[in-house]
Parts: sequence; structure tokens; C-alpha cells
Amino acid sequence: MIDSSMQILLGIVFGALVSGTVTGQLLKRRAHSEAMSRLALNLNDRMRAWWIMVAVFVVSILVGGIATIVLFGVSSFLAFREFVTLTPTRRGDHRALFWAFFVIIPIQFTLVAVKWYGMFAVFIPVYAFMFIPARIAVAGEAANYLERTSKIQWGLMVCVFFISHVPALMMLEIPHYEGRNANLLFFFIMVVQLNDVLQYVFGNLLGKSKVAPAISPNKTWGGLLGGVIAVTAIGGSLYWVTPFSWYAAAAITCAIAIVGFLGDLTMSAVKRDLGVKDYSASLPGHGGVLDRLDSVVFAAPLFFHLVRYYYT
Amino acid sequence: MLATIMAAAVRLLCGCRPRWSVAIDFNEPLVYFANHSSHFDAVLIWAGLPPTVRRRTRMIAAKDYWEATPLRRWLSRKVFDAILIDRESPSRANNPIDQLCAALESGVSVIIFPEGGRTDDHELQTFRAGLWHLARRRPTQLFVPVWLENLSRVLPKGEFLPVPVLCGLTFGSPLTRPPNADRKAFLELLHTELTALAETHA
Repeated sequence: MIDSSMQILLGIVFGALVSGTVTGQLLKRRAHSEAMSRLALNLNDRMRAWWIMVAVFVVSILVGGIATIVLFGVSSFLAFREFVTLTPTRRGDHRALFWAFFVIIPIQFTLVAVKWYGMFAVFIPVYAFMFIPARIAVAGEAANYLERTSKIQWGLMVCVFFISHVPALMMLEIPHYEGRNANLLFFFIMVVQLNDVLQYVFGNLLGKSKVAPAISPNKTWGGLLGGVIAVTAIGGSLYWVTPFSWYAAAAITCAIAIVGFLGDLTMSAVKRDLGVKDYSASLPGHGGVLDRLDSVVFAAPLFFHLVRYYYT
Repeated sequence: MLATIMAAAVRLLCGCRPRWSVAIDFNEPLVYFANHSSHFDAVLIWAGLPPTVRRRTRMIAAKDYWEATPLRRWLSRKVFDAILIDRESPSRANNPIDQLCAALESGVSVIIFPEGGRTDDHELQTFRAGLWHLARRRPTQLFVPVWLENLSRVLPKGEFLPVPVLCGLTFGSPLTRPPNADRKAFLELLHTELTALAETHA
């Protein structure tokens, strides 16, 4: 289960957590301005939540199989709950939402568990997308029908369909890489989360011109470029974890870094539209589950399909 | 055991992070009063309380609803241990105020919805007189306002299956009846406190 490359990855992550925690504590001691102690407080909150998230993730990966699928299934459930909470739904959507939460989500992740790729790929975009509008129509409330239906569908797409591509990495049969898919999953999550952190750091260090100031005031072109270059280098240097060559690992990392950024930006646009700063307050310092997974949502299907087309 | 499982299930449905305006002393029996929009309301308040406090807190519920089916009867008796009151044929023998006073005297806290019925809109209805009768019988009784949000989306009127939506659960500061307050003034005071609680967390 834990081969040598997994051990090294775990070592790197542990080192990053320790250094983040130490930095946070040092910042707290040395803070001599209001802004700096606020930064330290936020960093410390974030680091505490990181420890817990990493622990849960690592345990579920190491246990493997069903545990990984359950972890992402529960994350989907929590993300969709945040999404529905913030979206104004009406009485007529109640039964359709019940189906979405308690039937569609479990089916999607069961399809991952039984490795039925054909159905996994079409279940939500075809069948759920027929069922949900039909169920709402049967409920008979016409006011804002199109708007309500599309919001629920978009929520299912982002929170369930896209996220389910992360544990779906476990179903890929990659020649000469048997039994090591957990490493691939670990590599993916690590690269995406690292991309978030690096873009944030580079965004604060360089660049004045903003990518989309009306959507996300923190994202600068300098930050994007710096983050993507740095994470591409790191991803490329971790190629030995993956079935990729070093240049393929770099190229794939670069692609998921860019798409991760776009996912983050898209989910920020949704938040702007709904008039909130965070999706919820369940993860101290981070916001909601969806705030943590915003960059994973778009990157997961892309990574899954890149691996599937080129390596299986 | 059953209660703990149920409370965890409620958390999964509603998120349920209670917000406390002040630190509350749970050692004496309290009367929680809240806005009412769903059959789930009392369950959420109950699940949001710390476990040790939860064991000494009982919700007040309508007998006709909670005894209508075997499942509801089991839930109200075995899981929630609710105090069921007879809405249809109240008599001297089953006077709800006597039931509540007896519970409070034995050290148990109670959850009450003073609007009398469930309302889908957010406008708080005028309170029924039950709280006043309690305050008159127990002059030092503490009343805790509780504001609930989003519950009508979890389980709207007329639905029987809940949908997961994050809910708001805010506990205000405990109040007692001012010595000179009459029935109208006291009920208005409680009403104003609950409305104010809603506005500070809107």
C-alpha cells in the first residue's frame, strides 16, 4: 500500500505542514501591526484546518478503495448542501432536491465503486439532467422554472459530477502502474492545492494588474504566471510518482494549474452572484468545503481524461 | 444512544453550528422559545444543545401530530422524549401549563413555539399566552430566545422527507419577567427580543 514514492510524498506534505505551522506561530509572536496579526491569525486557523484535512485525506487514501470513494462522496454531499443553501430554491424544488441528495449522489459514487465507466460518464449529464427538470415540472410550480432548474443542475455538475472524477482515478487501469493509483490521486490533490497556495503567495508578491477585479480582487496576472510556473516545475520534478515522463508530468501539471485557476475563478463568480464571501464557515480560515474544492472541480475531470486517453 | 445518533443525523442535514450571544448557565431549567416554520424546528434546537444539556431538555409537541403514525410515536417517545400536549381537547386534567411547570420543577428545560402554529413567511406572528402563564406561575423563570433560519427549506409544511440545507441557530440572552409587566407587555417584550435577535444575525 505505502510504497517508497508514497512515503516521500507524505514526507513532503508533512514537512510543508510543519513549516506552515512554525511560520504561523513565528508570525504571531513577531506581529507588530494590526494587519500582520490578522494575517497570522488567519494562517494559524488555516494550518489547523489543513492538518485535519490532510489527516482525513491521507487516512482515506491509505485505507484505499471504498474509504476514498466515501470521503469524496461525503465532500460532494457537503459541497452540494452549501450550494443549495445559498441558492434560492422554492417549495416546488423540494422533492427534486431530495432525489439529488439521497439518490443521485449515492448512485454516482456507487458507479465509481463498481468501475462502470460508461454509466459514470453519462449518469449526471444525461439521466439526472432529464430527471431533475421533469421532477420539478411534475411538482407544478412554473415561477422561475428555467432559473431554478439550471441552478440545481449546475450545482450537481460542479459539486457531484466534477468532484466524483477524483476518486474515479482509482478505476483507471494504467499498464505497468497497477495498484499505485492512490499515488496518482495524491499527486493530483497535492498539485492542485499547492497551486492554490502558490498563486496566493505570488499574487501577493508580484503583479498589479488583476485578471478579473470584479470577480476576485486577489488574482493578478503576475500571481497566475508565477504560480503556474512554480507548480509546473514542482509537478515535473515529481514525475517518478506518476506513470508520466518528466516532460509529460510538467505539461499535465501546467494544464491542471491553469484549469484549477479557472475553476477557482468560476466558483468566485458564483459567490459574487450570490452575494457571499465564502460558501459556508465549516472550515475555519478556509470558508466552506466548496471554497477548498473550488480549484479541484474543473481540474479533476481534465486530469482524469488526460490520464485516461493517454495512459490507459 | 438513539438520541446521539439522531443529533448527528440532524447535524448532517442542517450543519447546525449554534451561535451563542452570551454564555448560558445551563444548571437551572430554561424555557427556550423560538420562531416556528417546520416540524424540524424543535429537533434542530435540541440537536444544537451540548449533549449533557440535551438530555435534560424536552420539546413540547402536539399530540395529534406526533401520535398520528407509529414512526412519529416512536420518535417522539423513544428518541426525543417530547412532552406531548393535547391541542384538540384540553381539559383541567391535561392542562399543558401544568405539564410544563411540572417538567421545569423537576429540573428539565423545555422548548416552546409561542406563535402557536407554523408559518412559512419570516414575519413573526403574535405570541400566544402560554409563556405568560409560565412566567406568572414561576416568577424567576428564565426565557431564552432562539432564532431559527432556513428550517422551512429543510422540511416545508406538508412534506415528510427532509432535504439538507445549512440552518441558522442563534441563542439570545436569557430574560425574566419584569416585576411590573402585565401579560401584553411581557409577551411584547419576548417578541421584540426574538425579532431583535433575528435582525442582528440577518
